[in-house]
Amino acid sequence: MATVRIPTQLRTLSGGAAEVSVDGSTVGEVLKALDAAYPGFQARLFDDAGGLRRFVNVFVADEDVRFSDGLGTAVEPSQTVSIIPAVAGG
Amino acid sequence: MSFVQGLRCRECHHAFPAEALHVCEWCFGPLEVVYDYEKIAAATSRETIAAGPASIWRYANLLPAVNDGAVDLGAGFTPLVRADRLAAELGLGELWLKNDTLNPTGSFKDRVVSVALARARAMGFKVAACASTGNLANSVAAHAARAGMRHVVFIPADLEAGKVVTTAVYGPSLIAVDGSYDDVNRLCAELASEQPTWAFVNVNLRTYYAEGSKTLAFETAEQLGWEAPDHVVVPVASGSQLTKIAKGFRELHTVGLLDDEPHVRVSGAQAEGCSPVATAFTEGHDYIRPVKPKTIAKSLAIGNPADGPYALDEVRRSGGGLEAVSDQEIVDAMLLLARTEGIFAETAGGVTIATLARLAAKGVVRRDERVVAYITGAGLKTIEAVAPVCRPTATIAPTMDAFAAAFEGIEA
Repeated sequence: MATVRIPTQLRTLSGGAAEVSVDGSTVGEVLKALDAAYPGFQARLFDDAGGLRRFVNVFVADEDVRFSDGLGTAVEPSQTVSIIPAVAGG
Repeated sequence: MSFVQGLRCRECHHAFPAEALHVCEWCFGPLEVVYDYEKIAAATSRETIAAGPASIWRYANLLPAVNDGAVDLGAGFTPLVRADRLAAELGLGELWLKNDTLNPTGSFKDRVVSVALARARAMGFKVAACASTGNLANSVAAHAARAGMRHVVFIPADLEAGKVVTTAVYGPSLIAVDGSYDDVNRLCAELASEQPTWAFVNVNLRTYYAEGSKTLAFETAEQLGWEAPDHVVVPVASGSQLTKIAKGFRELHTVGLLDDEPHVRVSGAQAEGCSPVATAFTEGHDYIRPVKPKTIAKSLAIGNPADGPYALDEVRRSGGGLEAVSDQEIVDAMLLLARTEGIFAETAGGVTIATLARLAAKGVVRRDERVVAYITGAGLKTIEAVAPVCRPTATIAPTMDAFAAAFEGIEA
C-alpha cells in the first residue's frame, strides 16, 4: 500500500489523519482509492474536466508528478504520495 | 486591523475569517484580504499619509496589520530616483528607479516581512519561519531578532555566501536544504501542516505577507506627486510582487488617493535559466509549466511560481511584456546600472535592467512613457556574479612613478 500525506486543509475528510494508506500503482489510482476510502477527495482535488486542480500539487517520493507522467506516474507500494497546496513561497 | 473584513478565495470566492490561512480548503486557490474600502477612504488622505512615518507604515490603513514597533526595522519609503544617464543608454525618456536596495536588510523583502510578522505577533505566534532564496531569509532572521521571536529559516544549500552569512549572523536556526528552492518550498508547505504554531511568512501567513508588496506601488505614486507611472518593470520569481504592485495602483484610485483611474502597463523580468512565466507569455499559454532552474539570479529561481498565472494575466491585460534574459545579459546590466546610476544591485536587478533594455529595443517600453523599474535587492548579497570582472584596474608599488606608468596605460 502507498502512503498518502494529507495537508491540513483536507484532514476533515480523513478524520484528522495526516497520513493514510491506500492501494494503487499510479497517482490516478491512488487518488481514486483515497476518495473511495474517504469520500470527498475527488471533488476537492479534481476540476470538472477530470484533471488535477490548478493549485493542487502532487508529489511522489518528493518529486512533482508534472516532471513525470502526471496522474499516470507510477507509485511503488513503499512510496509516499504527498498532496500539497501550490500556493506557497516566493 | 480595523479595515480588514476577512479573507476570500481568489478562485471560488469562498469567505474565510482573518486567521492564519493562505489556501482555500475547497479549491486550493489563494486567499486574498478583503478590506472595507469605504472606511479606508474616509480615514485616509494624502495629508494623513504625509504625516505618517517614513516607512511602509504610512500606508497602514491599506495593509492587513498594524504597525508593531517591536518588529519594525524601518522598511520602505526608499528613494525613487530619476535615471537620465541609464535612460540615455537605453534610448528611453523619463525613467525612474525604485531603489529598494536601501531597505534594512537590503531587499524589498523587509516590506512583506514587516507586515507578516506584525500580523503574526498580533495572532500570538512566537516562531517566525520561511522558505527562502536568500533575501527573505535575511529579512525574517533580522526582524525576528528585533522582535525577540525565535526563527527557523530554510534555504537551498547552494546559495550565495553573502546571503548565508547575512542570515546566520542573526542567530540560529538557519537550515540549508540539499535541493532547489522548489524542494525547500515543498518541504516548508508540508512542515506548515505539522507546525501550526510557527508563522511561516510565505506559507500560512502568505495572504498577509504578500500585501506588503503593494507599498512599492503606493510609494511610487506618492513620490511621483500622486500620479501613477505609465509603465513598470518588475522582476518575477513567484509572481506575487508583480501582481501586488498592479493591485496597489488600483487600490489608490479605489480609496481616492489617485484622481484618475491608473492604466499602468506592467512588464515582467525573468532569467532564461528560470523563465516559466515568460515562456508561457511568449508561447501564448494560460498555464505555467514548472521548470528546474539554472541561473545566477538565484533570488528569482522559482521553477514552480505560485502566482505565475496571475502575473501572466496582469501583464497581458495591461499590455506589458515579459522577457527572459541570459546570465551574460544579467551581469552586463548590473555593470551598466552601477556605471550609469551608482546603484549596485543584486542579480535580480540585473534581470530587471536587462529586460528593460530588451523591451526598450523592441519598442514595448516606449520613449514617451514615464517608466519605473524596480531594483529590489542590493549587489553586496551576490558579489560572486560580478567579482570575476570587477578587479583593481592596476596594482602598483607605492611610488609616483609606478602610478604615472599605470595611469598612462589606463588613459590610453
